[in-house]
Amino acid sequence: MEKFLYLFRGGENHAHNANDSEAAAKNMQAWGAWMQDMQQKGILAGGEALQPTGKQVNGTKKVVTDGPFVEAKELVGGFLLINAKDINEAVEISKGCPIFHENGKVEVRPIQKMEM
Amino acid sequence: MSSGKNSDVHKIVDHLFRREAGKMVSVLTRIFGFKNIEQAEDVVQDTILKALEVWKFGKVPENPEAWLYHAAKNKAIDMLRRQQLKYKIDSDISYLLKSEYTLAPALNEMFTENEIKDSQLRMMFACCNASFTQEAQITLILKTLCGLSAKEIGKAFLSNEETIQKRIYRTREKIREENITLDYPGANAMTQRTDAVLKTLYLLFNEGYHSSHPEKLIREDLCEEAMRLCLLLIENPKTNLPQTNALLALMCYHVSRFGARLDDKGLIVLLKDQDRNQWNKILIEKGNEYLNYSAIGKMVHDFHIEAAIASAHANTTSYENTDWKMILNLYDTLLNRTNNPMVAINRAVVLGEAEGCHKAITELEKLKGFTENCYYNTSLAEMYMRVGDKETAKKIFGKALELTSSNAEIELIRRKMKMCS
Repeated sequence: MEKFLYLFRGGENHAHNANDSEAAAKNMQAWGAWMQDMQQKGILAGGEALQPTGKQVNGTKKVVTDGPFVEAKELVGGFLLINAKDINEAVEISKGCPIFHENGKVEVRPIQKMEM
Repeated sequence: MSSGKNSDVHKIVDHLFRREAGKMVSVLTRIFGFKNIEQAEDVVQDTILKALEVWKFGKVPENPEAWLYHAAKNKAIDMLRRQQLKYKIDSDISYLLKSEYTLAPALNEMFTENEIKDSQLRMMFACCNASFTQEAQITLILKTLCGLSAKEIGKAFLSNEETIQKRIYRTREKIREENITLDYPGANAMTQRTDAVLKTLYLLFNEGYHSSHPEKLIREDLCEEAMRLCLLLIENPKTNLPQTNALLALMCYHVSRFGARLDDKGLIVLLKDQDRNQWNKILIEKGNEYLNYSAIGKMVHDFHIEAAIASAHANTTSYENTDWKMILNLYDTLLNRTNNPMVAINRAVVLGEAEGCHKAITELEKLKGFTENCYYNTSLAEMYMRVGDKETAKKIFGKALELTSSNAEIELIRRKMKMCS
């Protein structure tokens, strides 16, 4: 079993505006159901939703700037850690994510194991 | 709800708090885990204190339940976020509480009507776990599901707050030691575990119905709570067994007589002398309805027989018309099954009605080891009185008088003794 990271980008609604509209609340319910299902199957290993604001700390001089200022559809809205057999299975599992109803996207990234 | 006299508001609020406290403790314990029940109770306590503070000027919100749930949810979320729980959560929903994606939605879900009922049901099973003594089971039910304080429970059992506190403390130790959870029993154990819950509710009801507690209100409260919880079992298909219906039927029949059991001065009125017009017809009808439902299936439970006896009384228009032969038959069956001494005494009394008091006296005197039981002595004395042996009757009534501390019973026995002179 390998570990994978899901990075969620875009989507009209996400956790940070879950209380703003009925559509968003419904969408988050779908997320809850999806995650509960993954938990029961032993897939889910962790994860959080993110606020759409923050700071960036840059380079050798550790310059702090406001951010992330990217297009809404590129903004990371949250992440999950999951267990899967391989990248293909991880991709298949990600297709159950409610973010696709919202035209969002999921980036599936294998976790790098560090060799000793 | 915001209008009305101040005392009315207090009454509504008191009642609401007790009932809702029971629901919220069940739900929060389901979320936090049984081991963290103390912290679940803390959240509920804080919530109610906050409500009192906000509502004290008579401004009870339109939907007080929703207000309480909202406040309790927020406190619970706060505790979960800060990871302030004493024991690690180990339940089927523990994962949903760890991520912000699911924390708030999971709590919202737990506070919906169906989930609240589900939590109460789980709590009922957990409280009636076989590793607790019967006393502890009833105490735990009253504390967690009915929202009674240790002081109130102490009062109900003519005990004191400290004793009850100790009992609750020991129970909590046991929850942790034996790792008792709020999981449902498996399908195989369901009937057996439901029977254990029914037995505890039966005892809780009897505590209210038969106790000699001086305060009528407390007794009625215990009966009402037992009935409410029994109804909860009926609403769920898993626990809606024939014996559940039989027990609720029995409770309905008994409670239908509440108004006629005591006269204006608070003195006991015996079944024979009760004004049957004062019996609550609606409850008798309900009893008949549940007794009908209980007739499904082949299994006969003690509650079926007890309910049938109560039904025979409740559905007879006068004492004289009572079918004693049928009731005696039912008692014979019950005695064969239970060997319960109180059943034996009751059966002897019925025998007196069905076949004459001499037979009853013979039967009663055959029973050993009850000479220190007040009810045994009053029953025996009554039979002697009816066969005309007033002297013996008076002597035995005198003995019974020493065995009770209930004012109503003392008064009743004194009246009887006067009739013997």
